[in-house]
Amino acid sequence: MKNIPLSAMIGLFFTALYFLAAIFAPLIAPYGMSDVVSNEIWAPASSEFLLGTDSIGRDLLTRMIYGGRTTIFIATAATILSFVTGSVLGFFAAVSGGWIDQVLSRFVDLMMAIPSLILALVVLAVVPVTLPVIIVLMGLLDATRVFRLARAVAVDINVMDYVEAARLRGEGTSWVIFREILPNALSPLVAEMGLRFIFMVLFVSTLSFLGLGVQPPLADWGGIVRENKDGIIYGIPAALWPAFAIATLAISVNLVADWVLNRTTSLKGGRG
Amino acid sequence: MSDPLLRVRDLKIGATVYPPGEKPKKIEIVHGVSFDLEKGKVLGLIGESGAGKSTIGLSSLGYGRGGVEITGGEVWVNGRDILKGGIKGLRKLRGAEVTYVAQSAAASFNPAKKLMEQVTEGAISHGRMTRAEAEKRAVELFRKLGLPDPENIGNRYPHQVSGGQLQRCMTALALCPKPDLVVFDEPTTALDVTTQIDVLAAIKEAIRDTGVAALYITHDLAVVAQVSDHIMVLRHGETVEYGETDQIINAPQKEYTQALVSVRSIEHAENLPKGDPVLRVSHVTARYKGTNFDVLKDVNVELHPGKTLAVVGESGSGKSTLARAITGLLPPTGGRIEFAGRTLSPGLNQRTRDDLRELQMIYQMADVAMNPRQTVGTIIGRPLEFYFGLRGDAKRKRIRELLDEIEMGDGFIDRYPAELSGGQKQRVCIARALAAKPKMIICDEVTSALDPLVADGILKLLLDLQKIEDVAYLFITHDLATVKAIADSIAVMYRGKVVRYGPKSDVLAPPFDDYTDLLLSSVPEMRLGWLEEVIASRRMESAGN
Amino acid sequence: MHPIVKLVVQRLALGLLLLWATSILLFSLTEALPGDAAQAVLGQNATPQALANMREEMGLNRPAVTRYAEWFGGILHGDLGRSIINKVEISESVGRRLSTTIFLAFWAAVVAVPLSIFLGLLAVRFRERWPDKLISGLSLASISIPEFLLGYLLMYFVGVKLGWFPTNAIISDGMTLGQKLNAIALPVIVLTMVVLAHMMRMTRAAILNVMQSAYIETAELKGLSGFDVIWKHAFPNAIAPIVNVVMLNLAYLVVGVVVVEVVFVYPGMGQFLVDAVSKRDVPVVLACGIIFAAIYIGMNMLADIVSIIANPRLRHPK
Repeated sequence: MKNIPLSAMIGLFFTALYFLAAIFAPLIAPYGMSDVVSNEIWAPASSEFLLGTDSIGRDLLTRMIYGGRTTIFIATAATILSFVTGSVLGFFAAVSGGWIDQVLSRFVDLMMAIPSLILALVVLAVVPVTLPVIIVLMGLLDATRVFRLARAVAVDINVMDYVEAARLRGEGTSWVIFREILPNALSPLVAEMGLRFIFMVLFVSTLSFLGLGVQPPLADWGGIVRENKDGIIYGIPAALWPAFAIATLAISVNLVADWVLNRTTSLKGGRG
Repeated sequence: MSDPLLRVRDLKIGATVYPPGEKPKKIEIVHGVSFDLEKGKVLGLIGESGAGKSTIGLSSLGYGRGGVEITGGEVWVNGRDILKGGIKGLRKLRGAEVTYVAQSAAASFNPAKKLMEQVTEGAISHGRMTRAEAEKRAVELFRKLGLPDPENIGNRYPHQVSGGQLQRCMTALALCPKPDLVVFDEPTTALDVTTQIDVLAAIKEAIRDTGVAALYITHDLAVVAQVSDHIMVLRHGETVEYGETDQIINAPQKEYTQALVSVRSIEHAENLPKGDPVLRVSHVTARYKGTNFDVLKDVNVELHPGKTLAVVGESGSGKSTLARAITGLLPPTGGRIEFAGRTLSPGLNQRTRDDLRELQMIYQMADVAMNPRQTVGTIIGRPLEFYFGLRGDAKRKRIRELLDEIEMGDGFIDRYPAELSGGQKQRVCIARALAAKPKMIICDEVTSALDPLVADGILKLLLDLQKIEDVAYLFITHDLATVKAIADSIAVMYRGKVVRYGPKSDVLAPPFDDYTDLLLSSVPEMRLGWLEEVIASRRMESAGN
Repeated sequence: MHPIVKLVVQRLALGLLLLWATSILLFSLTEALPGDAAQAVLGQNATPQALANMREEMGLNRPAVTRYAEWFGGILHGDLGRSIINKVEISESVGRRLSTTIFLAFWAAVVAVPLSIFLGLLAVRFRERWPDKLISGLSLASISIPEFLLGYLLMYFVGVKLGWFPTNAIISDGMTLGQKLNAIALPVIVLTMVVLAHMMRMTRAAILNVMQSAYIETAELKGLSGFDVIWKHAFPNAIAPIVNVVMLNLAYLVVGVVVVEVVFVYPGMGQFLVDAVSKRDVPVVLACGIIFAAIYIGMNMLADIVSIIANPRLRHPK
């Protein structure tokens, strides 16, 4: 673990900080998630309320910690779903080829021809907005992007002479996928995973901000922005804190993903 | 004595390299090279890849390609040190006094502009000619360079003419402004051998007729011997030997030059086959899915155990397709392939494990033929495990033996392909093929991506291994020198057909068919005056007809 | 037929096909998912009787294919149906809001396109030096910052603290162009920032790709001036990729506009769509969805057509 560049160190530190805060939220949050603890709304920061209070007098720091927990949980779950679905189908399409590839690829083309936010809004107009629905919706919408990447990478590798050599040797499909293609596809996929996670954080925050994501009283960062946005025009910056948290988390993860990509491609061998 | 046209003194060139995950580093790639070039003379710069020959050539235009810069020394053109004139001085020089012919003409022409505009642009923008004069000269040059329809070809776009024609246009582009010096950077390397000779002859004539001086850069000593007055042999950015062409070719002083001159002089006495063939290809035809054009037409060849059949032809001749048909990657649409006494199923999936094991393949590009994420041990070990169920110590012992056979120590066992040189990579691929204990190995252009000396080493190794293992080779190549070096029998392919087939001594002896004649006479020979002889004899023939 | 005409016609046909497929996809999403428009309007606790009545009233009992045919036929005639909340013709409400949104997007594009091409050129000119590093740093930041954060940051610092521009982008017919522009200044800045980094990065890549071509080296080795190299050799080849970049980013703007409109309470399509979604007004959502998708698909199609037309290999076939 030597030679970690400074940018990656910073990224790693903040990413870890956010994830730890999310995991241990009940232990570190000073108050209960939806306890109204002050008579004063949008109270300024004080030793009692480190970030002040929110639009109905709840402790903002507490809301932030729990909000981070929700945001990170949803984003992580959706990323995993999107990754598993997208890469499995992508590899499958690349290795099978023929009509299976055609059907899957054309469907994904169609999905990607429509902005995901618009698609998500259409779906959310019909189905009840619950956590599982949001996770599945975001995961599946995003799986199209992972599918494209995984398929493209796998198709590239699939035509390499060393894969042909394995086929000529008589190796089966599972050896080809897991021993020849996967190790070489891993680094672009891992780096992409970081980007997808960021995208998920932004996506769920946007939905919640629009009032169409996580529903109150559960807090998430986008929702906290929504709850406190009216303060802005009175010069009360409460809504900027969660927005700031989203940005720093996203940048940190980005720095780490960048480093992972650089590191794995410069590994002995590299790619191609 | 007047100044020479080009005088290079103690030229040092540096480059910035970007090792992944590390800070960019500056390294020196040319370490003090000096030479002179008189008006109207041709100097050949020769060396393997990485010798710094292109970099030196470009320095005479004061140009460094991507992160390369001249760090020391002097470059004098027409009595001026061009490195002291700043970018303005260089711009006056480039495209006027000194011009450049790149290796890949296809990439070097702007796809959005007509040829004429690009050919005359330098002459006009430097005020050396009016547009009318420049266009007149361009047409003259097109004619001199043997381009079809010289009056109108300038109205075409680059993608509308063939590769060989485009290379001639590039030469016209360089000669149009009546420069004093032209730098030719591997101008014929990307061309097929039969196209190369015409372009080479055209370039040589154009140089002679216009009285221009030239730096001719190539990795092929036989080519440079045809066009240059002097030759400088370079290696790792240093001069190895510098002298008149006659001396370099006929009396090389340095060991490295001697090796370059004697390259491809491997002698392999032809062995007459006995007994049953290991491979018999009868009436095989093949086509790619979705096309209605046969890429193989009624191909018949045989290969005997422990012998080598060379399949030779230019790009598009179908020689690699033949390999794909035999391996089952492209199931033939007609005919029969018998291997080791049994008929092979056309498709790969129906073949038995023994069929697969006994028929191995080695590829042209060794670096993409090995999984970059597997160690040498895994790469060689997998066939042992897969075919023979070897594990643990038995497997490791056998890997060591194989590494020994390819003349690499067992220190390589845990290395990754990226840590090996080009030649070592190809050796590992050979070991992987041998690990299966095959009866036959298909070698698809296995030496054409390698530098000549390295390629020689690989050929010698293959011949030695053939004696030990008694394995047959189907050797696919475009390079006739390689064919002469290793084949027992030869099949010449042209447009999907075998046009000539038989023992080496028969195929390479007259009377020839037209295509084989053209092919054989196009291979540059390492002696002075060869090009003139060939051109003269072709002229006589065509005059006779 | 000239091959280029053939390719353009093919691309147009593909665009229309895609649009049609999109309409099916959007319609069936609202059909196939659990819950329907009636349930959506009445909520989870509605009695079965109320649901049945509502379905009858909304015509939900007829087969989905029939309703799709009616809906799609209506769209072709410019009839987008009626809102189930206030029963107003959707086409009427949409017409006005669409022009409001396009007004905003247009001015954002007017600022963003030249600026990002200029900065992209700057990044190429000072490649690997600080302006380039700054630009790549900015684009990293920009993909990490949600649009609404940018919106509120500007609103807080520029709108409230500095008081330069109004925080709510309210425009009306009586306003002069200057007043309108003043009103939408903040959302325009946000939208510009949203697409800027992306467009800069893509422009930079497109130009670098051209500048690294061998024919640029040929031009330099002809001794042409820096200006001639760029104007005569790089520009004709870079124009297509840059137009492509612009089109793709304008398409991206269409999505950015939704969030920005909500932040600045701007009465456009985005606001309209979000309101309809929270009120579960399915016909309005479908109408807005298909309009956004059509703009997005159209921009992408234009981008492709520009690349086809600009390709000299296709323009001058062998």
